[in-house]
Amino acid sequence: MTDPLLAIDDLHVHFHTEEGTVEALDGVDLEVYGDEVVGVIGESGCGKTVTMLSVMGLLQSPPAEVVGGSIRYDGRDLLTCSESELNEIRGEEISMIYQDPMTSLNPVLTVGRQVSEVLLAHRDISKRDARERSVEMLDACGLADPERLMDEYPHSLSGGMRQRVMIAMALVTEPNLLIADEPTTALDVTIQAQVMEVLRELRSDHEVSIVFITHDLPLVSEIADRIAVMYAGTVAETCSVERLFDRPLHPYTRKLTESIPKLDQPATRLPSIDGTVPSLVDPPDGCRFASRCPQFIGEECRSVTPALTDVSGTGRHEVACHLYTDVSEASPPWPVDDEDRTAQQPTAETDDGGRR
Amino acid sequence: MLKYIIRRLLVMVPVVLGVTVVISTLIYLSPGNPAQIALGQNANPEAVARLEQQMGLNKPPHLRYVDWLTQALQGNLGRSLETGTPVTDLIVERLPATLELAFASLAIMLVIALPLGVVSAVRQYSWVDNASMLFAIFWLSMPSFWLALILLLLFAVHWDFFPISGRAGALLSVTALSYLVLPAIANGARRAGLLTRMMRSSMLEILNKDYIRTAKGKGIGQRSVIYSHGMRNAMIPIVTLLGLQVPSLISSSVIVEVVFAWPGMGRLLVDAVLRRDYPVVQGVTLMYAVIVIVANLLVDIAYSYLDPQISYD
Amino acid sequence: MSTQERTTDTDGERPDDPIVRVHELEKHFPIKGGILQRTVGHVRAVDGVSFDIQTGETLGLVGESGCGKSTLGRTMARLEEATSGSVEFDGRDVTTASKRELKAIRRNVQMIFQDPASSLNPRMTVSQIITEPMRSLTDWSKSKREDRLYQLIEEVGLSKAHLSRAPHEFSGGQQQRVAIARALSVNPQFVIADEPTSALDVSVQADILNLLKDLQDEYDLTYLFISHDLSVVRHISDRVMVMYLGEVAEIAPTERLFDAPKHPYTRALLSSIPRASAGAMDDRIVLEGTVPSPEDPPDGCRFHPRCQEYIGEVCERTDPEVEPVDGRADHVCACHHY
Repeated sequence: MTDPLLAIDDLHVHFHTEEGTVEALDGVDLEVYGDEVVGVIGESGCGKTVTMLSVMGLLQSPPAEVVGGSIRYDGRDLLTCSESELNEIRGEEISMIYQDPMTSLNPVLTVGRQVSEVLLAHRDISKRDARERSVEMLDACGLADPERLMDEYPHSLSGGMRQRVMIAMALVTEPNLLIADEPTTALDVTIQAQVMEVLRELRSDHEVSIVFITHDLPLVSEIADRIAVMYAGTVAETCSVERLFDRPLHPYTRKLTESIPKLDQPATRLPSIDGTVPSLVDPPDGCRFASRCPQFIGEECRSVTPALTDVSGTGRHEVACHLYTDVSEASPPWPVDDEDRTAQQPTAETDDGGRR
Repeated sequence: MLKYIIRRLLVMVPVVLGVTVVISTLIYLSPGNPAQIALGQNANPEAVARLEQQMGLNKPPHLRYVDWLTQALQGNLGRSLETGTPVTDLIVERLPATLELAFASLAIMLVIALPLGVVSAVRQYSWVDNASMLFAIFWLSMPSFWLALILLLLFAVHWDFFPISGRAGALLSVTALSYLVLPAIANGARRAGLLTRMMRSSMLEILNKDYIRTAKGKGIGQRSVIYSHGMRNAMIPIVTLLGLQVPSLISSSVIVEVVFAWPGMGRLLVDAVLRRDYPVVQGVTLMYAVIVIVANLLVDIAYSYLDPQISYD
Repeated sequence: MSTQERTTDTDGERPDDPIVRVHELEKHFPIKGGILQRTVGHVRAVDGVSFDIQTGETLGLVGESGCGKSTLGRTMARLEEATSGSVEFDGRDVTTASKRELKAIRRNVQMIFQDPASSLNPRMTVSQIITEPMRSLTDWSKSKREDRLYQLIEEVGLSKAHLSRAPHEFSGGQQQRVAIARALSVNPQFVIADEPTSALDVSVQADILNLLKDLQDEYDLTYLFISHDLSVVRHISDRVMVMYLGEVAEIAPTERLFDAPKHPYTRALLSSIPRASAGAMDDRIVLEGTVPSPEDPPDGCRFHPRCQEYIGEVCERTDPEVEPVDGRADHVCACHHY
């Protein structure tokens, strides 16, 4: 396997607030390879958005402070880049689309201005060429009558159209990495289906890696090759989509997948997770899931932070839980590995899954 | 848009009518008899009565109002009781000076407040921000008549940088401009303080918006983020504030005009009030009302240019 | 719609005993415009909707934003005045009830809203919030109110220690529990829940859905459960009603609606839901365009401009009636196909 395109290593981010220091990210590790779609899932406050805003250098500081770790993109550490170095990467090599298309577009500038502006900032290109290219991109995102749309203001567009504009804006420079932060959460299901279709098509036309942040596990499984599950500022588990559904290993992941109401198998009662997410102001030592964990082992869970451990032997399935570390003797009450093909032939399987 | 402007102009009619009723009532209620003042304290009561009749002061107030209104609708605001000059002529003569002062004050406000407010917001809690805070409090806590006198004493009398008072015709020469500087500062600088703070908080709010984050994420550089994406949005509440400031700008310009002997409508008004020159008072106040209403209309039009989400149809 | 001859289904049999009958309900919001700000049009948020809800059942109401589902819920609770039509609760018409009658109805019809943070008064304590409806709607004694308060707070999974706190001290899920306790304090028979779990995380959503089910069993409650999330609706509802642009598209028992959806819109909606299993996307119906404005809905069938099974001119000209399909009284659909 080649070097990752993006490698987040042991990232720690704190927010300084009136209530105290919120330890929002506590050693996040995440890698994104070329032409790969990584889904990052987790509940609100788990740090998925904060992680990606750190990559973009868009954390508001203060109150945010990156206190440790590195984010390597294409050989450079983004955390040590100056603002102007970052501006050469942002929008050009890494782009981001955001959760709420209603507030993420500037209400007083035309769509055309907002899309072509990215090109004008990064390319030596005439205004007319930038406009032409923008129109093509809007068209590629499935927007009807793109010429006319260029002169419209965002408020006259529906949510789905705005999100397509956001996607066009993010991809007009053909970046290597697209970060999509809950891009369909604010949209209706039929519109969500349209937007996902656009993303899938664009991905097959352009070689772009995508980080897809969401709380919707079924949704991300439609597009992702690999999933990272986050909990309370840490990465609990990363593995292929197939593995996640067939054989989730982290107790949190298992609980999470069970608590989603399923369309195909109506249950009378949904399994839920006892307790609540611990406060990230002065969080507990050890595993952050310990207090809610049905597989709680003992003291080691409370005192030692579990590291992401490779359980598949190929680096394709990592879990941060003492059931799988050397710290504890305990072993999980469910099978860890079997004849599962994903673990043995990672590349072929995941590539196939991502480019349907 | 045109439809909207027409509607606004139609709405103006009852408002202006209301203003005239209020002014007439106030004048009727105010003490002092113009005929007596014109003829002096020791005048013959018969002569006073004769003059009252001439002036139409012996008619009941509502008839006087109707008379005045009928004339006013034909463009005749009456004649000054003192000089006999038509009130319209007086207003036309003084209006340019008043508008000059108003626009100069406005320009000073904007030139100081906008850049300072933006810089304060972008560099929140920096020395620029603190300095602008001090600046704002300094000007805000200064009454304009006092400020006018101090400026006059320091810059005109003591250092002789600018002429003491008066106006040298239209703004075509440096001399003419130099007469305008102190009155404009006295009138504008004070409001610039308030406007700076408003601009700062408005800009701060905008800088926290999602679309500013989007813009930063596009890597277009801070200048573009602030000026192309931030400024225009931040100006929207500022324009509202400017609209609200017009009446107070006018009332303080009356004082400033008196202090600097600036020959605008404000001084005309004050003189007329002192002499109970009612037709002039009535005419000038009416003119001020029209200016305020038109200014607000202009603000609303400016709105629709700044904010494409506002459409007036 | 007739529910007289109900055929049995997987859903199980229920006596025909509607607690709520909605008949031809309309709610139009005026649009002002022109020089004199006259009414120049109407947003037809709810446009001629009829259905029944049986005692003790949960009717799921789904549809996309702007389809009128929330307005329908609010009009049924008379938080909005109906333009025309009627909402009969237990034989009394809610839409024309006098102030006094309304008070009696409010005791029996309560609402739970989407965003607990904004639907709970931030300046009241939890105990004030929960007892408030009892004070204004009942003549219960203080001790009876307190008994009920203590009983409820435990039932919704909170403790007495929480009573003196303010809403902002709670997480979203706990706030929604408080909102549920408030709604149930006066012992209502019918609860309208408007997207009660949409603002919550999945694991918390599971808790709240379980709670709503438990409470339903205990108090024999009837629910109108409004949601855009079909998985949630399937999980909690006995029957499901699908709305599109202010009109009923389809009503059917839950199992039947999900197994054999009839209306093309229902089918598209179902196929849009992301599914965890592989291959689910292969036969997805992706609708073109967006929901038209309810200010100026399309003529004929309101779904025809986006319909993947458009038949012909009849779709453009005639608004289809809501009629039984497959000869089943419990499955109705408004489409010219049937």
